Amino acid sequence: MQSIPIEHGLILAGILFALGLVGVLTRRNIVFVLMSLEVMLNASGLAFVVASARWGHADGQVMFLMILTLAAAEVAVGLGLIIQMYRKFKTVDIDVLSEMKG
Amino acid sequence: MQDLIWLLPTFPLLGFLALVLTGGSLPRKIVAVIGAGSVGLSFLSAALIAAQFLASGEDYFVKEVWVWMAIGEFTPGFNFYLDGLSLVMMLIITGVGFLIHLYSTGFMVDDPAYSRFFAYMNLFVAAMLMLVLGDNLVLLYLGWEGVGLCSYLLIGFWYENPDNGYAARKAFVVTRVGDTAMAIGLFLLFTQLGTLNIQDMLGAAQQQWAMGSPLAIAAALLLLGGAVGKSAQLPLQTWLPDAMVGPTPISALIHAATMVTAGVYLVARTHVLFELAPTVQMLVAFVGLATLLMAGFTAMTQRDIKRILAYSTISQIGYMFLALGAGAWSAAVFHLMTHAFFKALLFLAAGTVILSLHHEHDIFKMGGKRKQLPVAFWSFIIGSAALAALPFTSGFYSKDEILLAALAVEGPGLLLWIGGVIGAFFTGIYSFRLVFVVFFGDSKAHHEAKEEASLSMAVPLIVLMVLALLGGWIQVPLDAVFSQGAGHEEEHVSLLVHGFMIAAPLMGIGISYLFYMSKVFDVDKLMTNRVANSLHRFWFSGWGMDALYQWIFVNPFLYLARINRSDLIDGFYALLVSITRTAHLMLARTQTGYLGWYALSMAAGLVVIITLGVML
Repeated sequence: MQSIPIEHGLILAGILFALGLVGVLTRRNIVFVLMSLEVMLNASGLAFVVASARWGHADGQVMFLMILTLAAAEVAVGLGLIIQMYRKFKTVDIDVLSEMKG
Repeated sequence: MQDLIWLLPTFPLLGFLALVLTGGSLPRKIVAVIGAGSVGLSFLSAALIAAQFLASGEDYFVKEVWVWMAIGEFTPGFNFYLDGLSLVMMLIITGVGFLIHLYSTGFMVDDPAYSRFFAYMNLFVAAMLMLVLGDNLVLLYLGWEGVGLCSYLLIGFWYENPDNGYAARKAFVVTRVGDTAMAIGLFLLFTQLGTLNIQDMLGAAQQQWAMGSPLAIAAALLLLGGAVGKSAQLPLQTWLPDAMVGPTPISALIHAATMVTAGVYLVARTHVLFELAPTVQMLVAFVGLATLLMAGFTAMTQRDIKRILAYSTISQIGYMFLALGAGAWSAAVFHLMTHAFFKALLFLAAGTVILSLHHEHDIFKMGGKRKQLPVAFWSFIIGSAALAALPFTSGFYSKDEILLAALAVEGPGLLLWIGGVIGAFFTGIYSFRLVFVVFFGDSKAHHEAKEEASLSMAVPLIVLMVLALLGGWIQVPLDAVFSQGAGHEEEHVSLLVHGFMIAAPLMGIGISYLFYMSKVFDVDKLMTNRVANSLHRFWFSGWGMDALYQWIFVNPFLYLARINRSDLIDGFYALLVSITRTAHLMLARTQTGYLGWYALSMAAGLVVIITLGVML
């Protein structure tokens, strides 16, 4: 079986990471920001998996499992906060909520 | 019992601690009991100790309590020295002090800071007793500064009004000028004589210093500086009239009866030094004379009832200084005692008037109050009679002694005597001007006057009335203290001299009567004369001393301070501050509150760091 070269996997991970970053930076709806964050997390997870496949080492997959749990926990907390935020401010636009100015 | 002399300052000190530590949480009844009771206990023990001391027939008594600090040979301690002089002072302080405390329990009853008032009062009594009972100048200085502190605290007692705080600071700073001179005097005495124990020091001074030696003159001058500041004599008298913004019992206790006479006590206590420096002693007499005349002129023009009494206090202390300068030490202390009685009486009566008229101070807005305020009226009649030294009142005997002693001075004796008699003439005018304007004439109806004299306020007034009338017969046991003073054997002075001294205050009262009672002369018409008017303004401002000091000292100081604000070092620190502030403002601008902006700066930072890591 022809294995996928590591460069392809890493390029894909890089593209995904950049897309996620652009989403985080440009989106004003906090739900989308959270989703973009997930994309970034998974991009890094993909890089781990690709690396572990290249060297035949299990550590990268263990790392990916950890990222997965972390992301799940993060989403749980994040969504909870978003719901509270929406109840209180009736908006999910983060630029409207820019009250902590220097 | 004499061994328990340390109890005297301890009782009020404990009262002060109890009141301060409870921080005003005690009910008023208990505060009154602690505040007045501690001084009452102190008076009782003072009376017992005095009786025993006088019965023992000894000249003096020393009780060493503990060593305060020990630095080589120099071991000042909390040692109490009792002789005739400190006996008289201690009885005045505790006795008059107790009466004024008792009066205050009624006078201050509506004040929210009741507890704080009595705490300060008790601290004052403790410090004042320390001052007069200390056997060394260090302990005396402790008491000296202690009473100065209490004076400051109590002048500014109603601190919500910034003017009162200003008056308090003025009193503190002006007396500080004298205190500094006194401290330097103490240093001089210590380096030259090697001890600050008063009796040892006086003995050493007599042995080591010749009559009129420069060192003796310098030491006496420096001590006189301290005395002049504390006792509000020329040229440091400007603080006392302003000190009247404090509660009236304070004016009675601190600024009339006790603290301001501390200067007289100091000079009398160290009279040996002044005898060694006759020029300084003569200076004392002339300071007293100038002060009593100046204050007499000023008192005639004032409108505020308490300022009139304040200037009369300055004037009477001027008499005491005159007596000190004339070498009549016991006459000075005698006048100090009678003055404590009648001036405390006058101030407390003034307090009753002020309280009854809802804090009215202007005497020309009072008038015809003798029916409504009988207790205050009789207090004022008796107090003013004693102040003007009418025959057979207490003030008559003491002022008589002073004037005779002044006349007996070799050289300028006649001048001192004439000045003193003129002063007595003014005293008659201003004291009875006050009585006539406040208590006679038309009643100014807009004041619904009801005499505020509860029992606790009336009893002290009545006791002080008796003392002011009969205090002249008290024999002060001072012969042993001033044994080597100028011999005051009974000289036979002509009847003419006595006649003048009795007639002067009576003439003053007569003139006052013509102006303010029968209206034979019209003050308003006099005021239309330009010379009289400008003289009146000049005297009213206290001979322009405040303006003079403002011009000589305050304005140059402020000018220097303004220049000094922009010097190099301040500039450096100002620059430091502005740099920090600019940096802060710039950094604060980055704190926009936009989440995307933060994420972007984090990402940018990360890129920069990684780039750096890769490239290097």
